[in-house]
Amino acid sequence: MVKAKKLKNNVKNLKTVSINNLSHFYGKNENKKQVLNEVNLNIDKGELVLLKGPSGCGKTTLLTLIGALRTCQSGDLTVLNNQLNGASRKTRQILRRSIGMIFQGHNLLRCLTAEQNVQMGADLIKGLTYLQRREIARNWLSAVGLEEHHKKLPNDLSGGQKQRVAIARALSANPKLLLADEPTSALDSVTGREIVTLLRKLAKEQNCSVLMVTHDPRITDMADRILNMEDGKIYGAHSELI
Amino acid sequence: MSFSFIKFRKIPLAWLLLTRQPLRLAVAIAGISFAGILMFMQLGFRDGLFDTSVTIHKLLDADLVLISPRSKSSISMSGFPKRRLIQTLAVEDVEKTAPVNLNYLLWRNPENLKTRSILALGFNPSDSLLLDEGFSKKAYKLRNPSRVLFDKLSRPEFGPIEEWFLSEKKVETEVAGKRVIVEGLVELGPSFGADGNLITSRETFLRLFPANPPGSIEIGLVKLKKGSDPEVISRILNNSLPNDVRVLTKNQFIEFEKNYWKNSTAIGFIFSLGALMGFVVGCVVVYQILYSDVTDHLPEYATLLAMGYRLKSLFFVVAREGFLLALFGYLPAYFSGQILYSVIRSSTKLPIIMDADKTILIFVLVLVMCMGSAAVAMRKLVDADPAEIF
Repeated sequence: MVKAKKLKNNVKNLKTVSINNLSHFYGKNENKKQVLNEVNLNIDKGELVLLKGPSGCGKTTLLTLIGALRTCQSGDLTVLNNQLNGASRKTRQILRRSIGMIFQGHNLLRCLTAEQNVQMGADLIKGLTYLQRREIARNWLSAVGLEEHHKKLPNDLSGGQKQRVAIARALSANPKLLLADEPTSALDSVTGREIVTLLRKLAKEQNCSVLMVTHDPRITDMADRILNMEDGKIYGAHSELI
Repeated sequence: MSFSFIKFRKIPLAWLLLTRQPLRLAVAIAGISFAGILMFMQLGFRDGLFDTSVTIHKLLDADLVLISPRSKSSISMSGFPKRRLIQTLAVEDVEKTAPVNLNYLLWRNPENLKTRSILALGFNPSDSLLLDEGFSKKAYKLRNPSRVLFDKLSRPEFGPIEEWFLSEKKVETEVAGKRVIVEGLVELGPSFGADGNLITSRETFLRLFPANPPGSIEIGLVKLKKGSDPEVISRILNNSLPNDVRVLTKNQFIEFEKNYWKNSTAIGFIFSLGALMGFVVGCVVVYQILYSDVTDHLPEYATLLAMGYRLKSLFFVVAREGFLLALFGYLPAYFSGQILYSVIRSSTKLPIIMDADKTILIFVLVLVMCMGSAAVAMRKLVDADPAEIF
């Protein structure tokens, strides 16, 4: 209980994502393979950062570590003022409530309508009534341009619409950090830019940091910083400002 | 109250997960209902057996019952000397006694002339045999030889006796190859041991069954004076009478019969095993449904974990699915059970009833079945790795 309260306070005092000499390995003994090689990275509050790099270079592993989905093996990782080295399962679970995640495969719940899917994110906010949570869901759906589709099931939505529902769901939980894996890959250029504009607006207005893995050249001009990753190392982490 | 409901209301995820595939849900409900019906039928037959086996025992007008120690049940009664019953009158608390002969005889159906075994009770018409108040009037008619009272709840294979009797037609037939006349109707009811019953005088009984020694009886009924304790008198009589007779209270006599069916035959075990089979079938069906449901939705559960939902919350979702399945599966089983009990009652005359004990017991079994299967299916949830969904 005390730990959870402390964590909540830490989230309130959020400053940055801080990574020092982070390494990560898969497999054991002779099959052991290093995917992250002493990565160093800082993300400031309200910053929109793009992460680029070839397949298998370690981008997704980095996202899962920052998203508190995996345990750290080596180096220091601090997310929203929470040291994740040796963090318990419970600590990581509570921290994840402050991190919004947008997956490439949408991962919407097929049995829920667009509105209900978004509300699953809002349901994580404590102290709100059902109607308030539904209102939040509707507002975010409206923000991504899907207010007319709120009763539709995922199977009745196009790929782009599903992606926008997934984005609305991630945003509805009022995150302090947003991790996105190719969020615009299924969207046309206009919608893609609209979504990134929305994410950028959120980053600036709500001091929400955004780390986005993308290969989409149409949106690179909207980032505060672009990082290149190769062979488990990040290049241009502190310098390449747009 | 309604405000609180709205405030704490959540998206009914378990319900939506279950109803997303209506066909699968229908199969699950059918499977659980089938298991429930199987349990209703097996336990119904078992309880029916135990209840019907003591129908006549319950109707006997007695506080104590004397039987031979060699008797095992009403289908296997041995005789003992009638004088043992007379000896009980030496005890001050004994008010009156009634000797009863009991055996299976062959009844000829007067319509198609086929024979069938019937349970015959012989007693002195001046004695009180049954608790039924109107019975003594009917018993009076048995003073004439070769007269019998026929149990109108007997199975129809004995012939249209009630119909003929009520139409004031003289009902005449043969019992053990000797002519008898039906002088009246009684209501006793068939049991697993006897498809039908008749009551006659001891005199007629001995004529129908001449091998039975006149001084031997199968049951001795003892009526005690008001305020006497049957347990105490039973102990006194058991100590004072020779070992060729055993004294039981009426309740002990009922239990004696029930215990025979429970312990000395495989019938009780068979029906309990049948109910267990229903339970196991239900467990397998529910487990299959919930396991495939969890497997199908594993990426979605992993997404919820990635969003910050607790594993415990997801366990509750599966548990609620189990509860909903129990509820939806039980209701059709209950109503089908009612209909089937009614069909069995009318076709077999067995008193199979849907009592509160059975209703609650089977609901609890269905609930345990569904929640237990849900608990096993939950193990699959641990495989939901949120890191794998990126």
